[in-house]
Amino acid sequence: MKMPLSALIGLILTGCFVFCAVFAQLLAPYPLEAISGGVWEGPSSAHWLGTDTIGRDILSRLIYGGQITIFVALASSVIAFGLGSFLGFLAAVRGGWVDQGLSRGVDLMMAIPSLIVALVVLSVLPLNLTVLILVIGFLDATRVFRLARAVAMDIAVMDYVEAARLRGEGQGWIIFREILPNALSPLVAEFGLRFIFAVLFISTLSFLGLGIQPPLADWGGMVRENKDGLIYGKSAALMPALAIALLAISVNLVADWILSRTTSLKGGRGA
Amino acid sequence: MHPVLKLVVQRIALGLLLLLAVSLLIFLGTEALPGDVAQAILGQSATPEALANLRESLGLNRSPIERYFDWLGGILTGDFGTALTNGQDIGQAIGQRLGNTLFLAACAAAISVPLAILLGLVAARYNGRWPDKVISGVTLSTISLPEFVAAYFVIFLLTQVFPIFQPVAMVFPGMSFWERLNAVALPVIVLVLVVLAHMMRMTRAAILNVMQSAYIETAELKGLSPMRVIWQHAFPNAIAPIVSVVVLNLAYLVVGVVVVEVVFSYNALGQYLVDHVAKRDLPVVQAVGLIFAAVYIGLNILADVIAIVANPRLRHPK
Repeated sequence: MKMPLSALIGLILTGCFVFCAVFAQLLAPYPLEAISGGVWEGPSSAHWLGTDTIGRDILSRLIYGGQITIFVALASSVIAFGLGSFLGFLAAVRGGWVDQGLSRGVDLMMAIPSLIVALVVLSVLPLNLTVLILVIGFLDATRVFRLARAVAMDIAVMDYVEAARLRGEGQGWIIFREILPNALSPLVAEFGLRFIFAVLFISTLSFLGLGIQPPLADWGGMVRENKDGLIYGKSAALMPALAIALLAISVNLVADWILSRTTSLKGGRGA
Repeated sequence: MHPVLKLVVQRIALGLLLLLAVSLLIFLGTEALPGDVAQAILGQSATPEALANLRESLGLNRSPIERYFDWLGGILTGDFGTALTNGQDIGQAIGQRLGNTLFLAACAAAISVPLAILLGLVAARYNGRWPDKVISGVTLSTISLPEFVAAYFVIFLLTQVFPIFQPVAMVFPGMSFWERLNAVALPVIVLVLVVLAHMMRMTRAAILNVMQSAYIETAELKGLSPMRVIWQHAFPNAIAPIVSVVVLNLAYLVVGVVVVEVVFSYNALGQYLVDHVAKRDLPVVQAVGLIFAAVYIGLNILADVIAIVANPRLRHPK
């Protein structure tokens, strides 16, 4: 199957972001906190994207910020997937009160916007990386749970699962050896969308001042630091905003392509 | 009892039950988390006396169940308690700000709903051709943006590149209606952008869904013009899904409002919530969080009720 142009562009851009994030320490021209120029300088040969509100190099902060943003988003989507898909499979396999309890709990969590839940919870929890990753991962797990449960419901009634049950295999075997391999492809496509959700979520929290705290830098926090410059026509705040937009769109393009591929494999719409 | 009425009553009762469960969730979310709430509010360097005082004023010495019913009873009778940070009455502070938030959301809804339906109709009419591709492409990219990023692009464009608006939305008591409208122009544009995309895409999908019916083919074969087919035959049948989509997206505005208010330093409920989360002012956060949740759930119930009422099969029981 040939890869469409949009997916290729998305894949290349996503690859660039990940590359910059992994090798941030080698790529960034200045250290994170170094004040290396004047306040809000325009782009120059020394500072490709200019300097920020106290004269730090924006390009360097953008690269370091990408590292934190992508790390937090990745870690929380991994938690969301681990927790969400395990509980989703469990609900599908066990049925009965386990299913009822978990499903109604998730309904309750999804009855309020995630941002409101996060704000309420973060008003009492300490603001550090671990807490943020856990909160975002936990909130996102509700979405994964819905999908995983729906997918596993279809699989749990298959003959080979019945055969495994009759053979006397335990719950763990059925979840990890029978259902997981068969549920993997729709879940992988969903991963991209959940990752983007996590990026947007952590950026929004940081922008509100309730996410990643200085001295660490992330893109949402950078927008917050530089937002006052916009009133004087300084575009520093737009650079991290642009980075968020670009990452979101490119991962979306890739996820769209994977989604159409996996559905076509199952006899759905063509690629 | 008429079956429609019965369904509506059931749905509303279920919604109220959900709201009760959510109030419990919000209460537990702040009270039952691991760690000491008083310590979290005051920080590591707090003196034991200060901690004991705060525990006393939060009522932490009493049992959680007792405190939950006290809190819930207070809210039901309109008593939201007092803020920890400045000792002000929370109900009064909310009352002042709620109006501003509703004004902003109502302006955004008044513009985005007709616009989204119109664009959805146009995109469905030219399905697969360039007007559809342009509308879908632009809305797809605005869906990928978080509210604050969209907000700063709009601010930069409309205050710097084309200096039309003021970047800060200040409203004072005693401003005339037109002055208010002018002040909220920019935040409203941002909110419209944020919800427009979802609404328009779902309108388009709902109409395209109806367009596959046999009676649409009849209308086409009768020789009606495409816009007339959509307007007179497809649209009335797509109204139920469209209305529920519109109301669901108005619920989505609830979240958008929080972020947009902070961007424009607009003195309203969202800004109030975010400020007091940072100050760790627990009673304020619980009260405002519950209000946002209640509005969101209320709109969701409304969407379901409209879908029930608009369904002709339920209106005329056999």
